[in-house]
Amino acid sequence: MRSERKVWSRIRTLTDGAATGLAVLSTVLVVAPLVAIFVYLIYKGASSLSLDFFTKIPKPEGESGGGMANAIVGSAVLLAVSSAIGIPIGIGGGIFLAEFGRGTKLANAIRFTADVLNGVPSIVMGVAAYALIVSPQKSFLPFTGHFSAFSGGVALGIMMIPTVCRTTEEMLLMVPNAVREAALALGVPNWRSVLSITVKTASPGIITGCMLAFARVAGETAPLLFTALGNQFWSTSLNEPIAALPLQIYVYAISPYDDQHRLAWAGALVLIVLIVAAVALVRYVTSRGVLKGAS
Amino acid sequence: MADKGFEWLMVLCALSIFAIVVLIASELVKGSNLSWNQFGFDFFYKSVIDSYTKLPNYWDPVNGHFSALPFVYGTLVSSFLGLLMAVPLAVGLAVFLTEMCPPVLRGPLAFITELLAAIPSVIYGLWAVFVLVPLLREYVNPMLIKLFGWTGFFGDDNPSGLGYFAAGVILAIMILPIISSLTREVMTAVPNSQREAALALGATRWEMIWISVIRNARIGIVGAIILGLGRALGETMAVTMVIGNSPGIYRSLLANGTTMASVIANEYAEASNDLHRSALTEIGLALFFVTIIVNAAARLLVWAVTRGAPARVQ
Repeated sequence: MRSERKVWSRIRTLTDGAATGLAVLSTVLVVAPLVAIFVYLIYKGASSLSLDFFTKIPKPEGESGGGMANAIVGSAVLLAVSSAIGIPIGIGGGIFLAEFGRGTKLANAIRFTADVLNGVPSIVMGVAAYALIVSPQKSFLPFTGHFSAFSGGVALGIMMIPTVCRTTEEMLLMVPNAVREAALALGVPNWRSVLSITVKTASPGIITGCMLAFARVAGETAPLLFTALGNQFWSTSLNEPIAALPLQIYVYAISPYDDQHRLAWAGALVLIVLIVAAVALVRYVTSRGVLKGAS
Repeated sequence: MADKGFEWLMVLCALSIFAIVVLIASELVKGSNLSWNQFGFDFFYKSVIDSYTKLPNYWDPVNGHFSALPFVYGTLVSSFLGLLMAVPLAVGLAVFLTEMCPPVLRGPLAFITELLAAIPSVIYGLWAVFVLVPLLREYVNPMLIKLFGWTGFFGDDNPSGLGYFAAGVILAIMILPIISSLTREVMTAVPNSQREAALALGATRWEMIWISVIRNARIGIVGAIILGLGRALGETMAVTMVIGNSPGIYRSLLANGTTMASVIANEYAEASNDLHRSALTEIGLALFFVTIIVNAAARLLVWAVTRGAPARVQ
């Protein structure tokens, strides 16, 4: 009897140890690929980076040299368009959810729709943008009828909306009600109170959300494949196909030339540095306490 | 007056989210009309048998034969392979981070998983093409063929290292962060009194985790897994770069395949005719509906747990 209990207790201890070991092992297995990706990216990318990368446009296939200057500028143009679409609508939606619609059925439905929209694959956004802007000859939107920077920007902008909207809402909900009441008690109209008191108090958090959305779409490739299309030459026109950093990385990664592979690695390093910087900044701001000024 | 105007402006912004979903759906439906009229529901499960080779001819833009079957198959196979590898690791990581991790490590580890989620798909693809696929080709695939070749799931007729299995591995790496962070969220939502009760009864740490944490959080964990599935189904770039892009149905997991997302990525810009483009749009529409249903289900499950609704006890 006693020995039986001892065996049982030994088994339990062993199981506990095994579970701990497995949890540690899975943590290691998760961290390993990340470290592998980063080390390889830095090693490959840094050895391929040069001044030419930032100043020259791509050389024709097979020739060595050239850079991705046009793709970097193109990405900036696309992101400007997408931010102009995604950020105002997202913040407006967030303000509605937090300030006007709190607890209503409409707000719940919109919150749910935003979450679902967040999960729609990016390639589907590309198909939708194609059907909306690239293929019709006439539509309520400008620049229709052909591949254009504008269509790519719209696809990316739509993808930004849910992230911006939900973080804005979350940040506004953190603003204490006393702040709102104080503003209203002073006779400030509601819209003024929302914009220059509540939103202003939560603004570091809202900016964080925008950065997060920005970092996410900066690396998107799939929605650009048949909207922005890519371009071997300089172009900043919204009406023309435009180059983008992730698109160029994709094209070079699957090309047969070593020189283009090197450029792909360099481009990937530049892209990841931008994104990691954004994420780290976001983390720094949020860990400092977003609303320290308010409390 | 200004107050009402401002409120309406905000309502308009919020409503535009609805409008966007409706607009996407209607554009996709409109675009896939041609293919729907031609093939109907057969599109997703039937195919033409070629009169010469007597083999199924799934995808033939020149002769106008289109069937989504190989793409649906490829999407399902690669996604489930990804889940199979990602779920145990993700749950293990979440358990480690919430229950075992020394506080010093918690911040950096959470940051690292967050970074994993922020890496763009195309960079995963780049890494997979130049690092993962050679690794699989040289070491992992030969071993799998030797050990499990007799099952027929690991054929040795594709020496490239690309294929369903490579896609599954890269998908696993990509969906790990989302599953793990949501699992962590639902595990943290389990009240501490539950843990204390189990420990007070003399449970070991693992027994405590099993009885009070995983049991209570299981609905949320299922939600997290479904959300990961949603991501895997629609993942495009990395999968396109490693799956080999061959429109067929193969039993071997090491064979080249395609997925719904990757065929759109490969062919949409250069679709040869209207029917071809319409068929691709229909695949996009199917992907849209499936991911909406999957995401809605997952969100509901996660909400049920983290919103403080009491977890169902048996």
